[in-house]
Amino acid sequence: MSFEKFLFYLFAAILVGSALMVITRRNPVHSALFLVLAFFNMAAIWLLAEAEFLAIVLVLVYVGAVMVLFLFVIMMLDIDLATVRAGFIKHLPVGIVVAVLMLVEMVLVLGPKHFGLTKYAAPEAAPADYNNTAELGLSLFTQHLYALEIAAVILLVAMIAAISLTLRKRPDSKRQNVTRQHMVKKKDRLKIIKMPAEEKG
Amino acid sequence: MDFNASTLLLLLPEIVLLSAIAVILVLDLFLDQSKRVFTYGMSLAALVATMAAVMLGDNTSQVVMHGAYVVDAMGSVLKVALLSVGIFAFIYSRRYLSDRNLFKGEFYVLGLLAILGMMIMVSAGSFLSLYLGLELLALSLYALVAFDGDSKPGSEAAMKYFVLGALASGMLLYGISMIYGATGVLDFAGVAKVIASGQADQTVLTFGLVFVLIGIAFKFGAVPFHMWVPDVYQGAPVVVTAFLGSVPKIAAFAMAMRILAESMGGLGPEMGWQGWQGMLIILAVLSLALGNIVALVQDNIKRMLAYSTISHVGFIFLGLLAGGDKGYSAAMFYTIIYALTAVGGFGLLAILSRKGVEAENLHDLKGLNKRSPWLAAMMLLIVFSMAGVPPTVGFFAKLFILDALVNADLLWLALVAVFFSVIGAFYYLRIIKVIYFDKPESEEPIAANVDARLAISVNGLAMLYYGIFPASLLAVCQAAIAAL
Repeated sequence: MSFEKFLFYLFAAILVGSALMVITRRNPVHSALFLVLAFFNMAAIWLLAEAEFLAIVLVLVYVGAVMVLFLFVIMMLDIDLATVRAGFIKHLPVGIVVAVLMLVEMVLVLGPKHFGLTKYAAPEAAPADYNNTAELGLSLFTQHLYALEIAAVILLVAMIAAISLTLRKRPDSKRQNVTRQHMVKKKDRLKIIKMPAEEKG
Repeated sequence: MDFNASTLLLLLPEIVLLSAIAVILVLDLFLDQSKRVFTYGMSLAALVATMAAVMLGDNTSQVVMHGAYVVDAMGSVLKVALLSVGIFAFIYSRRYLSDRNLFKGEFYVLGLLAILGMMIMVSAGSFLSLYLGLELLALSLYALVAFDGDSKPGSEAAMKYFVLGALASGMLLYGISMIYGATGVLDFAGVAKVIASGQADQTVLTFGLVFVLIGIAFKFGAVPFHMWVPDVYQGAPVVVTAFLGSVPKIAAFAMAMRILAESMGGLGPEMGWQGWQGMLIILAVLSLALGNIVALVQDNIKRMLAYSTISHVGFIFLGLLAGGDKGYSAAMFYTIIYALTAVGGFGLLAILSRKGVEAENLHDLKGLNKRSPWLAAMMLLIVFSMAGVPPTVGFFAKLFILDALVNADLLWLALVAVFFSVIGAFYYLRIIKVIYFDKPESEEPIAANVDARLAISVNGLAMLYYGIFPASLLAVCQAAIAAL
């Protein structure tokens, strides 16, 4: 077994293991941290497949930005684990049956018989001066220009949706209204009460 | 094909709509609430302008943008259909939204973006652009369902829709990756070529097809991927239901046509149970049965119409699986007519809703004939069309599907479809009975704006018009399918 193959199986094993941990851990913070581990291993596998730029982007964007935000949100939210877990045991048998069925079917289809090296020969290694980033950019702005533009619109939708869902005027928020503060008159605030003088006891 | 500036001319409808969205989005920020109606007017104008761009554009079949964008007659017809149904949905929404302090620019912007996503789906030339259009549509719809932030059912429905929608997108993507693995290309024409050459691995291809079909069935809301339909239809504000229950059906039809007929045509009806015909038979029969039977016991009319949608989806699938020009054009006719009917049905519920009162239960329709004979007559036409009673167009839509089935030697399926339609007729007639023979529960006059009254009249009379002259629309569908 070549060293490269060994590395692939190592990273793949850790990837699958950490993915399993993501969905089985009780504590959502642990799940998120295992997801980070899964991303790192995926990035390493992409490096082996010579997709250097994507591997670095995966680490930078997903681990560096998305997951950090995600962790932050998880810690801010007060998640009631008992209700999240409710029904887990009850639905477990059905889930296992479905999962095992899917797994068997997928192993049958995705095995070496259909995806082996005889069907798909290993691609040639890229020459040393091959620039992954430049090729990707070129392809994005020529062949996939239409898709790139649609992706930009999808981001716009995400922005509009997020704002329209969260931005609303709360009647109970105590906001300052500077104009009204300036317009206020003495009679609005001050109440003068006449009362007989108290006698000194 | 090389890219030059004249390529953009073919993309003009999408460009017009996107530019209009950008303008409306910015202008809306500077409008007072009292001038919000300006946003509404501009949104309608944007839809009309886009429709003009579609109609005036060249629709000779060609593929541009490196296979990502297809121009053809089917695309143009479906775009015109979804834009017109979108206009109806927008008009019905105005008073309902302003009664509930929801009359905001975001509603129209999100609606327009959803329509843009559907137009991208309709003229997608590859799996990539199809998927991106689908996501654009889905994301806008999730936000629209949760548009009323104070409504708990709305938020719950949005959450359900989002989780199940994400799952379906995952399935679809997985299937696409398998098809890519088997063929090595992503554009529909390329996939069709590889399948025709017989070099693709059949097992992997079928495996991918199953997952892609699950994605399609989810977007249509076919049994057993229908779980989200009743809850989302019921939970969303009725004007959003009117939009989401009608226009996306046209896009879903385009998606099914592009994937099943255009790219996976090699696994089509000739393959019988080996290809997608068998899978569609299962989905169609289950949808017809469950949709019609469960709808019988619903009292919430939004939920009832949701189950009725499921049964109509069964009919659309019947047309698709019959295959051939006849089956496809019948399915296309059915889809367009169904979208027009559904928007009218939900639109009428929006018109009947008043400030603080949601017309969503069957008893809210009681005695509608006494309160407003004209609206009652429109509802009668719409409901008859859904049930398939002549002379409304729903009858012909069903007839063409059955004809296509018989032509494809699937007589038993035609019989099943008729059997369940007869069951379904019961709950449609129940609506009619409530409208015409029950005493009204409230005497309050129906306050509908002129634009909504006009739209519902056009909508209802269209049922009658296309029922008397079905050939006018059918010929357009047949020409579009023949040009594929």
